[in-house]
Amino acid sequence: MRRSSARRRRTGLTAWGFALPFTALFAVFMLLPVVSSLYMAFTDMRGADLRTTWAVNFVGFDNFVEVLADPKFQQAAGNTIYFVGVAMPLTLGIALLLAVLLNSGLVWFRSVFRVGFYAPVVTSIVAVAVVWRFLLQPDFGLVNSALGVVGIDGPRWLTDEAWAMPSLIVMATWRNVGYLMVILLAGLQGIPRDVYEASAIDGAGPVRQFRSITVPLLRPTLLFCAVITGIGYLQFFEEPFVMTQGGPLGATNSVAYEIFNQFGFGNYGLSAAMSYVLFVAIVILSYLQFRLLRTEK
Amino acid sequence: MTSPATDRATDAPRVRRFTPRAVLLNVALLIGLAASIGPLVWMVLSSVKPEGEIRQFPPTLIPDQVTWANYTELFATLSFPRYFLNSVVVALFVTVGSVLFSAMVGYALAKLDFPGKRMLFALVMGTLMVPGMVTFVPLFVLVANLDLINTYAALILPFLAAPFGVFLMRQFMLDVPDELLDAARVDGAGEFRTFFRIVLPQARPALATLGILTFLGSWNNFLWPLVAVQSADRYTLPVALALYSTGQNTVQYGLLVAGATVIVLPILIVFLVLQRHIVQGISTTGLK
Repeated sequence: MRRSSARRRRTGLTAWGFALPFTALFAVFMLLPVVSSLYMAFTDMRGADLRTTWAVNFVGFDNFVEVLADPKFQQAAGNTIYFVGVAMPLTLGIALLLAVLLNSGLVWFRSVFRVGFYAPVVTSIVAVAVVWRFLLQPDFGLVNSALGVVGIDGPRWLTDEAWAMPSLIVMATWRNVGYLMVILLAGLQGIPRDVYEASAIDGAGPVRQFRSITVPLLRPTLLFCAVITGIGYLQFFEEPFVMTQGGPLGATNSVAYEIFNQFGFGNYGLSAAMSYVLFVAIVILSYLQFRLLRTEK
Repeated sequence: MTSPATDRATDAPRVRRFTPRAVLLNVALLIGLAASIGPLVWMVLSSVKPEGEIRQFPPTLIPDQVTWANYTELFATLSFPRYFLNSVVVALFVTVGSVLFSAMVGYALAKLDFPGKRMLFALVMGTLMVPGMVTFVPLFVLVANLDLINTYAALILPFLAAPFGVFLMRQFMLDVPDELLDAARVDGAGEFRTFFRIVLPQARPALATLGILTFLGSWNNFLWPLVAVQSADRYTLPVALALYSTGQNTVQYGLLVAGATVIVLPILIVFLVLQRHIVQGISTTGLK
């Protein structure tokens, strides 16, 4: 008995040897910030308190009240809902369409298409946002030049209040479709072919098959895609930072961008409170998606 | 001997068919493909046009006149070699460090027993979904108090503790057969020797996938380097490009697309070389 407990203690020590480098860094750079952001959200900490983080006043829910009553934050929240509400179904829908088409067996160079649609996923958002700013440039950009050929006078995409957000949505969709497509394609390949064959014998057409076989069997994959995309899109930041600076007139300001700006102004407490609001939004959205898409038992 | 026949059977529906439906479908997908890679091709082509040609209406597709002036200015006048080096150094350290640490703790969580194991795993899972947007302000306060602002350490250390990597590694290590480990131990190999000689080589595919994803994430990372670094000699490429593109200077599109190309093209080339690995890795990690 004693031998085995000594042995267990020894393996316990060695095991901690394996776990220690990660655990130490994880405690300092992840757990500590998570806990202290909660602390900060309830204080009036500002940039000047950077070195004296304990000498700040506890203000209860004041930050949260201020954030939720702030018209700029409300506008940013509305913009974020607009962005997620349009870009997420759009990205998922196009990705699903592409995955189904690529899986149909009618496509000639499947791997070429797969690589081509995936390529934007590996790019830096900052870099492609710069490129898209150039593409959407109203006077000599490629998009308006192409529209000009067919006689359409293209808008000033990024400086027009109505068009700025759709421009960012299209760019985000362009960049993320390939990622979901690859995951959905893997999910589709997991559906046995004989299920389709059997349903074809029963007289089901492609649309019926899509609704009665593909979508139900793909539910777990769709759920994963929706959650991942929702989390990513709720934090959209680089696109407005590079392309519009949140303008025109705040039309593309996002919650994440507002958090960054308040941090820049030195309002750390306020900024931390905003990030908690965003975090709660992420949790709620993920929960709703689970409710909506989970497999029925 | 049956495998070639079955291969052909499963591939049968994928044989090229030139029915009208197939032609229509492929043409539609080709248009989609053009929309997907068009902006990237446009970026590369425009980066070697002189500014005058870039601002010309209607635009040219193939450059009339190829010039390296944009790249010369980036690399000679605008310290891009420095930013490039910073990006490479940070991405390499983050990749090697976080993959190694994730593999180690993943192995301990999957195959060894230690006090606090369940608690550690619960904390890792609990932080899996905590986004960088939630932690960057307190992280900045912490890093400032450690006097690490403007250092490589600030850019590297927070990313060495990656919950996603741990999760992935643990999942993979669970599948490493116990018999293999026991055999090594019977032969008298210590735990660390077993790990480096037996476990890590077994885990090569998972290490490669995680390594590629981590490198990509670090190379393209923007928010934290923007916050943690204020002096130009520590800028990474995305920070330098974003600040230059939003600065007070008059916009030179040639310079901007050349800068974007410097960030995107190396990654794109690596992606094309390793695409099988990456796409497969994404599909498997995505489904776990």
